[in-house]
Order: sequence, then C-alpha cells, then structure tokens
Amino acid sequence: MAVFIVKRLFWMFVTMLVASFIVFGVMEFQPGNVANKTLGPYASAESKAILFEKLKLGDPLIVRYGRWLGVLTGVIEDPLADPDLKLGFNDPRGSQYFGNLGFSTLYKVPVNDILWDRLKNTGMLAGIANAIIVPLSMLFGVLSGMREGSLLDRGLSLTGITLTSIPEFASAVFLMSIFVVTLGWLPGTSTLESNPEWSFASQLVLPVMVLVLYDFGYVARMVRGSMVEVMTRPYIRTAILKGLPYRTVILRHALRNAIIAPFTVILLQINWLITGVIVTEVVFAYPGFGRMLLEAALFGDITLVEAATVIALVVAVTTQLIGDIGYMYLNPRIRFT
Amino acid sequence: MTDNTSNGRRAPTKRDPNVAPDDMLVWIFERLYDLVNRILEILYYLIRGIFRWGGLLRESPVAVIGLLLIGFWLFVAIFAPLLTDFGPNAQDFGALADPTPGDVHWLGTDHLGRDIWSRLIYGARTVFIVAPIAVFVAYFVGCTMGMVAGYKGGVIDGLISRVSDIILSFPVLILYIILISTVGPSALNIVVAVTLASSPGIGRIVRGMVLDLRNQEYVDAAKIRGESPLYIMVVELLPNARGPLIVDACVRMGYTIITIGVLGFLGLGLPPPDPDWGGMVKDTTAMVIVWPHMSIFPSIAISSLVIGFNLLADGLREISMRD
Amino acid sequence: MNDDTPVLQIENLGISYFVRAGEIPAVPDFSLTLRRGESFGLVGESGCGKSTVAMAIMRYLGVNGAIVRGRILFEGRDMAELSPEELRRLRGSKIAMVYQEPMSALNPSLTIGRQLQEVPIFHEGISEAEAHDRAIQVLSDVNMPDPESVMIRYPHQISGGQQQRVVIAMAFLSNPSLMLLDEPTTALDVTVEATVIDLIANLRKKYNTTLIYISHNLGLIVKVCDRVGVMYSGEMIEEGEIREVFKNTKHPYTFGMFDCIPSLDADKHARALAPIPGQVSLPHERPSGCAFGPRCRYFEAARCDSDVVDMETVGDPAEGHRVRFLRWREIRHEPAKPLVETVEVRKRAPAEVLRVVDMDKFFEVREISLSSILTGKAKRYVKANEGVSFNARRGQTVAIVGESGCGKSTFAKVLTGLETATKGEIWFNHENIAKIPVERREPELISALQMVFQNPDGTLNPSHTVGGAIGRVIKKFGLASRRKEINARVAELLEIVRLPPEFARRRPRQLSGGQKQRVAVARAFAGVPSTVIADEPVSALDVSVQAAVINLLMEVQQQYNTTLLFISHDLSVVRYISDHIVVMYLGQIMEIGSAENIFDPPYHPYTEALLSAVPIPDPDMQQKRVRLEGEIPSVIDPPKGCRFATRCPHKISEICDVTPPPDQDAGAGHRIKCHIPLDELRRAEPIFRKVEPAAE
Repeated sequence: MAVFIVKRLFWMFVTMLVASFIVFGVMEFQPGNVANKTLGPYASAESKAILFEKLKLGDPLIVRYGRWLGVLTGVIEDPLADPDLKLGFNDPRGSQYFGNLGFSTLYKVPVNDILWDRLKNTGMLAGIANAIIVPLSMLFGVLSGMREGSLLDRGLSLTGITLTSIPEFASAVFLMSIFVVTLGWLPGTSTLESNPEWSFASQLVLPVMVLVLYDFGYVARMVRGSMVEVMTRPYIRTAILKGLPYRTVILRHALRNAIIAPFTVILLQINWLITGVIVTEVVFAYPGFGRMLLEAALFGDITLVEAATVIALVVAVTTQLIGDIGYMYLNPRIRFT
Repeated sequence: MTDNTSNGRRAPTKRDPNVAPDDMLVWIFERLYDLVNRILEILYYLIRGIFRWGGLLRESPVAVIGLLLIGFWLFVAIFAPLLTDFGPNAQDFGALADPTPGDVHWLGTDHLGRDIWSRLIYGARTVFIVAPIAVFVAYFVGCTMGMVAGYKGGVIDGLISRVSDIILSFPVLILYIILISTVGPSALNIVVAVTLASSPGIGRIVRGMVLDLRNQEYVDAAKIRGESPLYIMVVELLPNARGPLIVDACVRMGYTIITIGVLGFLGLGLPPPDPDWGGMVKDTTAMVIVWPHMSIFPSIAISSLVIGFNLLADGLREISMRD
Repeated sequence: MNDDTPVLQIENLGISYFVRAGEIPAVPDFSLTLRRGESFGLVGESGCGKSTVAMAIMRYLGVNGAIVRGRILFEGRDMAELSPEELRRLRGSKIAMVYQEPMSALNPSLTIGRQLQEVPIFHEGISEAEAHDRAIQVLSDVNMPDPESVMIRYPHQISGGQQQRVVIAMAFLSNPSLMLLDEPTTALDVTVEATVIDLIANLRKKYNTTLIYISHNLGLIVKVCDRVGVMYSGEMIEEGEIREVFKNTKHPYTFGMFDCIPSLDADKHARALAPIPGQVSLPHERPSGCAFGPRCRYFEAARCDSDVVDMETVGDPAEGHRVRFLRWREIRHEPAKPLVETVEVRKRAPAEVLRVVDMDKFFEVREISLSSILTGKAKRYVKANEGVSFNARRGQTVAIVGESGCGKSTFAKVLTGLETATKGEIWFNHENIAKIPVERREPELISALQMVFQNPDGTLNPSHTVGGAIGRVIKKFGLASRRKEINARVAELLEIVRLPPEFARRRPRQLSGGQKQRVAVARAFAGVPSTVIADEPVSALDVSVQAAVINLLMEVQQQYNTTLLFISHDLSVVRYISDHIVVMYLGQIMEIGSAENIFDPPYHPYTEALLSAVPIPDPDMQQKRVRLEGEIPSVIDPPKGCRFATRCPHKISEICDVTPPPDQDAGAGHRIKCHIPLDELRRAEPIFRKVEPAAE
C-alpha cells in the first residue's frame, strides 16, 4: 500500500510537469504573441524589443519553460520585475521566492495577491454547495436505490436527468427570473462587495442553488446506481435469509458496499466545484477563481493563466489521489490482498 | 478434385490458371451474384434492425419523449427558412419599443431587434452540425485509442493511459478556455477541442470494455483460428461493445451541446453575428431584470434539447438492460 | 407441536412468476412431507424448479414470484399466516440456508466474525462476547483450522472450501430445525467437495437436523440423503428411499437419468450413455397431461396427454415410494445398447500424433511489496506445468484429469499456441511447436489442432449467427470460398451435430446450453482437424445433455478418426470415454496409464483420493474412504519434493518433502510418480467394490 502511494505521488508529479508544460507551450508558443499580450496592443516596437531581450524570448520553448519553473520555485528572479521594463510591477515579497507565480498584467498586481483571494471565494461557494449536495444526494440515492422501480425511484431518475441537462447559465436565468425579477427576494449579482441592500449571505444563495441543482442530479444518480447494484447481490439475500432486520441489512450490509464507488465521484465533484464553476461565477459576477481565469484568458494575461492552471491542476490531481487512496481503503478486497 | 489424405481431409480446391474465357465470365457472374446477395442481406438486416429498435423503443416512454424532443428541434432546424419570415440577423428597430412576444414576433426580439424565434431555429442548425461531428470524431479517436490500449496492453496501454490521465486531469472547462482563447473561436476549433477533451474519457470506457471482453472464450477461439488482432478487435469485440457505447454516445451528445452552449456563453463560441444559443444568453443576461424573455427562451431551447438526448439515453439503457 | 408433527409439510404448492407477458407457472403442483431428522434429496436438472421450491419455503420469491396455490406448514403452522416479524425470526434460526457460490453469498466488506456473530446476536439477544465464543465453537465444528484468525479475516482472504464451511457454520449456528442446501458443493473441487459432504453428514447426525439437499448430481444425493425426490418441469415425478428408487426405478425420466450417467466400472465398449431425447418444455408451454410425455419412450397418445397425472404409490405405502407415471405397472426398464463396437485387437498400434517431452511452463510473478524488494525475492514463479511428458496416438482419446490449479488448462493453452512453453518439446505433425505461438503458426498446423471450450455461454460470440461462426472457420481454413459452398458445408456440419439447418440463422442467446456446445463442436470440427482438445466441454451442462454431447464427440471422433484430448475433473466421464488417462496435480503428472490401469491398483495416492471422492449414484457401490487434509496449495513456489506431500495420507518420511519422486514404471505404459515402492502400491485395496445387498 505504501508503495502504491509513493508510485502515485511520483506520477502526480510527472503529470503536473507534463501538463503545465503543455499549458506553457500552448500559451507561449509564439514569442511575438507573448510580447503583445504582456505589453498591450499600444506598446511601441522599442519596448517590445526590450521585453524580448529581457525575457529571452528567443530561446527554445523548453528552456523558457525551465526558466518559468525556476521563477516558480524561487531559484530565479522574475524578469518581469526588472525596473528597466518600466512595467511598474512591485511585489512586497521580493522578486525571488518559492511560490512566485509572477505578475498579472490584467490586474496589475502580483498573482499571489489576487489568486488566493479568488480561490478562497470559490472555495467558500464550493464548500457550501458540497455541504448541501452530499447529504441530499446520498439520502435520495440510497432511498431510491433501495426501492428500484418505485415511484420515488423513477421520480428521482427523471428529476436528476432533467436537472443535469440544464446548463448552469440556463438554470441561473430561470432562477433569476423567479427570485430576482418576479419575487425580488434575492440580488441579481453577487459581487460580494458590501452592499446596504443585500447581505453577504443573500448574495451567496443563488450561486449555490445553481450549483446544487446542476450537481445533485448527477451525484444522486450515481449513488442510486451503486445502491441498485449492491441490492441485487447474493450477499444481501444471505443477510435477509439470516433473519436480520431490514434496517440492519441496509445500513450494515448494503451501504458499506454501495459507498465505495460513489466516493470517488463525490471527490471528483469537489474538483469540479472548484475549477468548473466558471459559468456560475460569470453569471453572477462573483469574484471567484474561475471568472478570474476566464478574464485572464480573454485578456491575454499569460502569467495569470499559467499560474491559475497550475493551481487548478494541483487541486485536480490531489483530489484524484485522495479518491484513489480512499477507494483502496474502503474496499477490503484491495486493502487486504 | 478431392484429395483424400489419411485423415479424410479435403484439400482446398485450387483455381486452375488455364481456364477458358467462357468459364471466366461465369466466374465473374457468380462473384457478382454473391456480392449482390450479400448487399441485399445487409440491407435487410439493417432495415429489420431499425424496425426492431423502433418497436423496442415504444416500450420505453422515456425514450419516446426524448426522441420527440430531439425530433422537434431537428425538424425546425431543417425547415428553418419555411418556419419564419425573419432572417436570424435581421434587425427590426421598430420592435425595440416593445420586444416582448407578440403576434409579429412570436417569441419577441432581443435587444438589437432580432427575432428570437428565428435565431433559435437557425441556431439549432449550428448545433446539429457541430455537435454530431464533434462527437463522431471524438468517438472515432477514442474508440481506436481504447481498443488498442485494451487489447494490446503492455507498453502501448501504459502510454495511452498515461496520456489520457494527463488530459483528464485538466479541468475540462479550463482546457477549453485555454485552447480556444489561444487558437481563436471557430467551428473547426470547437470540434478539435471537444475531441481532445472527450476522447480520453471515451478511450477509458472502451478500454475497460475491451479488457472485460477479451477474456471471453470466443476471443480465444478466434485466436486459435489464427485470426489477426485487427480482425479480433473489429469483428469479435466491437459489435459486443455496441450497447453501452450507443448509450454513452447519446449522453455525450448532450454534454457536447451543453459545452457548445457554455462556450458561447463565455464568449468563446462562434463569432457574431451568427446565432448561438449560448451567445444569445450571454448578450441578454444584463437585461434579465427588464426583459427576462430574451434570456429565458434560448435557455429553454438548449435545456430541452439536452433533456431529449439524456432521456433517450436513459431509455436506451433501460431497453438494453431488459434485453 | 410434538415430536410426531412433520417438520415440513408442503401441500399442493403452486408457484408462478408474473412478467409482462403474463403468468409463468414455474411449479404447478408440489407436495412433500418431512419428519424430524430426515434428509431428503431434491434432484432435477436446471429449470425444474427445485431452487424455486427452496425459495418458496423461505418465502423469498422476489418481486415477480408468488405462491398461487397450496400451503406450506412448518412445524405445524401455516407459513402464510405468519407476520413479517415472525417470519424474520424463523429465518436464520429455525430455517437456515446454504448457498451455491460461497464467495458471493458472503459480504466482502464485513469480517467473517462479524457475519457469524450477528446471527445469534439478533436472534437470541446474547452479548457480543458470547456470540464470539459461539462463533469460534461452530467454526471448530466445521473443522476450520485456526478459527481465531479466520474470525478477523475477510471472505476473499480464505479459500473456496473454507468459505463454504463458513456458510455452513453460519447456518448451523442457531441449531435450526430445517436446513436447505442449494447445490452447496458445485463450485468446489472434488476432493474438497468430499470433505464438505462428510462434514454435512456428520453435523446432521450430531444435531439431528432435517435436511433438504438440492442438487443435480445424483451421486451426491446418494451419499448424503435417506430419501430422494426427482423433479421435472416443476413437479415431483418420483419419490422414495434411495435404495428403492435406484433398484426399482419406475419413472422413465429417473431411469433415463441413471442411464446417462457414466459409472466407474464400465467404459464406452461395455455400455452406452443414453441421452434423453428432446428438451424440457418451457413453463408456459407445458403440454397437457404428463409433462414428460413428448420425450417419453412409452408415450401413448390419448392416454398420456389428456388428464393431469397423479402420484401413485408403488408397493408398500409405508416405504413411501411414489411415482407419477401412468404405465408404471406395465413397463420394465432396460439399459440402452452400447454405441461403440468392441474394438478388435489391433496388430499394430496406430501412428503417434502428439508427443510431449518434459515440458515446463512457468509464469513470472512480480511481487511489489516492500519486504520482497528488500529481501531480493521479488521474482517468483508460478510453475503451472513442470516435466509434462506423454504421447497420444491417432484416433485415441486421452483424458487429462485434475482439480483446479493442476495446470490442465495451461497445458491446453500451450498446445494450441495461446501460450508458449518455457522449456521442453511438443512434437506434432513432425514439428516442435512448443515455442511457436499461434500467431506464427502455419495455417496447416492451426487447422489441424482445434479446441472445444468449457463455458457454453462464452464460447460463441453473441453478435454472430451460428452459421456465421462456423462459416468463418470454413472460410479461414480454405475449405470453401463461395457462399453457396460455405453454406452447404455449414448445413452438413449442423446435421452431424444433430441440429436443424435453420439454426444457422440463429444467435447464441436463442440456444440452450447443450445446443451451444454442439455448435462449438461443429465449429471445432469444421476445419477437419486431426486433433481436438476438449477443455471441460460438458462440465457446465445438465446430466442428460452431457450424455448427448459426449456421444456426439465420440461419434464425430470416430467419423473423422480424430485424436481427442479430453480435459476434465469428472472421473466418471473420463472413465467412460478415454483410452488413456493422465492425472495431474499442481502442474505435474502424478500418474499416467490406460483407463483400466488407472482405476485399479496400483494407485498413486492422489489418484486414490480422487477416486474415493467421486460421488457415485449407486447405493450398492462401496467406496473406500480416503480423505485429504487441507486445501490445494498455491501454485506459486510449490513444494520442493513431491508436490503432493503436504496432503498425502501415505507420506513416508521427509524424503517426500525433500526429494522429487521418481517415475516408476508399472508396465504397459503405466507410470506412477511416487516414492512408495510399486509392490506396496499394488497391495492396496481397490477403491470400488460392488456389494450385493443382503438377501431379502
């Protein structure tokens, strides 16, 4: 088991390297592009030339990637901080430290100043949404899996299918029409700035609702599917024919096995909730991680995009690892070979 | 022309190269006859298969509803010019005074005076062209990857699986954003992006199925006959993977349509002014407080189409389980 | 209730399943009375309804099933009147069940201890500590080695035989009045099966439990039960005491069943296996009158297909022999004539077709645990085959016998080229094919060596038609190229395997197990091979279907003069059809010789144990009892000396553990791999002895 974890950590690391290299490659493939994006379309040819030289954009891609890694790990100074470039980038932490993610040309601040803030906001959203989705979907999933084919089951299936078919922006539109336009109970945007009219909490309601609606159906159906499969297994028959009370059969015999598969699904949902909620954030103008990344990509803020993608990758790979380890732990067949 | 060796085996009849031209004609004719027969037989099975599927579908009301929804949008997409007087980009400034739905503009107009109904049904065309192509290409690539990885195993499997893992660890939306913001939005790029993002997932499913199936005895029987790996993959394994793959294809169509919608919403869809359901929502969200209908109708459109595909998939899954 | 009340009374039970198409009467009319301490065997082929009856007793028929007629009385009380709570209290405590597949019957996520303890905790309300002790006690009752450590293990960590003991232990924990056993040993190896059967018999005597033992294997029933009931198409068609039913069989189906089981004292030259023609009719297509009528030799129109046939008593009512057969007074049953003519002594032995010389097949296993990397023992070998040597001649049938892990399937794979040998030679058609994988073999060679597989469900591709599957072989081996010719050949082959030509258009899911195997035989012989390997071709089939397929194989073999390599674990079948037998254990050949030589002393100790474990459906056949301790050891890093030494009841001393035993030659091609000198082996008692019953 320990060997397994070590192997996986190793592959995690390799994956991160390769993936970040791919991102780097996609974004910085054309050196001229880099200059344009960094300085903006109105920069003079001269300043572009200086930039070109300072960033050594003529070097092959892999070297530039190495340099980027070097800045990230604090081995090299960030060339963009060079005062000769007159870009005005100032990082209070210095220009060479471990975890230096560079400067954002869009927000004109060091990446570390804006990225973690945004991540925290999104995390808050994800946390609340998860806290609602997981128990709700487990409850409904188990109940409908227990009674396959019943009204509850069919109802849940259809509801689930319908809900997952509605894209987030569509459900946002529907919800807004009801709660903002017609009823006026909730605010139409959630910028999280202090607002006398709408409290902090009320601004979170709609985004969380959108997330829950979209995800609940999916997770509940996964849980249901797993439960249905477990209920058809012979050992459930054995348990019933041993004369055990039905409640015990479900709680002790069925659930233990039914949980195993959805566990990974739920972890992957955490991943999605952090990195995939861009649409919701855009609709409600929520100052989150996803919206930051989108705006950076549209603007051409290469540094921020690369940094944000790396962080997103870390989240993704970590949740995968936890999911796999958890799966191994929960499944006795694998834990004790 | 039989050669009875000691174990009663008949040696295969060999073609005599000195055959007369008349016989050659007969030979050609017989070959053609065989070919025509074979084609007719295939057609017969195809038609019978469609009828059988059609009959089966009737057993699942869920699938029927799904088909109806899809059929509706397909219909309006095909017959778009006949179903509306307005072009999708034509602006009717007069309607801006009251863009809400009415007799002239059935679903009202958007903030630029364009008829929403027209935009919806012309937009459906885009969806029905781009989404199936994207899914088809993704399936082609994904199936190949999955089958080769699952059947050959070993180093090839390791390589393909690692690459898939790397791509899959990218959060999907971020992948799309990066790709499209770099190479620019266009139909082709969307297809490529969807393929890139979906084929590892498809590959993984196919690989799992191949791993299961290749332990079956009929695969061993084929190997013992001396069949080539390609034959085994295409003739023995692939037809048995049909069921789950078809269901997955429907679901994936749904996801792809959502993706196209989302990309449009984020501003990464097809360039304006061509109607794009997601783009329509994007443009009109700001006015949702005053004129909610402008965002609601495209939202309903995309939701209903995706619901259709998902219901169809669920119905198919039910049917295949009952088989 | 007093001691006279029967434990179980089933009166005219009718069970039906309700599906979309309507009602399917799975069991139309079933009656049974069981007294305390009786052990009753319920016998029948697949689909006859025996498991359905068991489930009905437990009142667990699923969503679609229901009891539509009759009643079941348990200890005098009508079970239909029980409340769900009362029913729940009966289950597991007064009525217990043992299932067919022990691995799936146990919950993989709970420890064995937990699963055992919860039974008395819930039924008797005792504490966990007490339940723990009870569980240990019952585990020792079932002869489980080291019960304490088994309690904390999970099901997948113990072997199949041990799992089944756990399931049996679970059933006996609360000392039930009635125990239902549904094919409990089908999934086990023969030697393990024998010990489990002994265990059940002992436990039954000890606790005086009433047993219903369900099986398709008549031999097992004879060993375990006092009385037997034969079911056909949902009805009991004959019932009575074991000896009586065997000696004085009245129903043609029962007689047919006995007649188509190979016995251990006669081979293909002495008697025939008479399969029962036709197939069981589906439950909703049951004919009027006698259900067996359409297949019955003695069918009389207007008599047998009009009214419902009732059970009638034969002889003394006190003995309880009853039969559902209108003409039982008139008919005397005769065994069928043998198929194979006695073979004249040949002047010369036929040509040698296959010669295997000292073949080894090792698989590498990489251990990835930390400890193994540190100690450097990372590479281990599964010695699937070691030192295998034998030969086969044209037209002969050579059987390879052994239990799981003996390497017979691996051997088949090496022969056909799915694997390549690690060492040694295999001479076939004047070529050494040991190291040539099938991808590199010449088409001539490939077509000369074909195979019939074990599992009828997996052997045909579900997406291909029967005609397509067979036709592909014909085309591949170049025997015909034009569609018409191919179709003609396919029709020929279908006729040879006794299937109607329309079957060419059918798909496997429209065929029964026996029919699928016939198609598999047709497919194997389509290329006119000189040698066919049959890997357990009949193990998954019902007894009467087995007989048909075995006869078919023999016929086709005779027609094409093919050499047949018959792999099996079923010694009765092997005795019947083979000329030579190879006995394998843990990858090595323990004994090899002609059929007569193997079945008479001298025996290899393993052969002796195998023979004594075979269930024989003959109450008069005395079988010497030789039981093996423990389980079949793992094939990874097998023991250094004799591989059988760990379980051998005749082990001499350490020489058996340390030195590999020599191959002793007992004459006429009979070889035994053992340290025990031949003379001593010759003096052993024969396993089988026919005992004449005491004079009436």
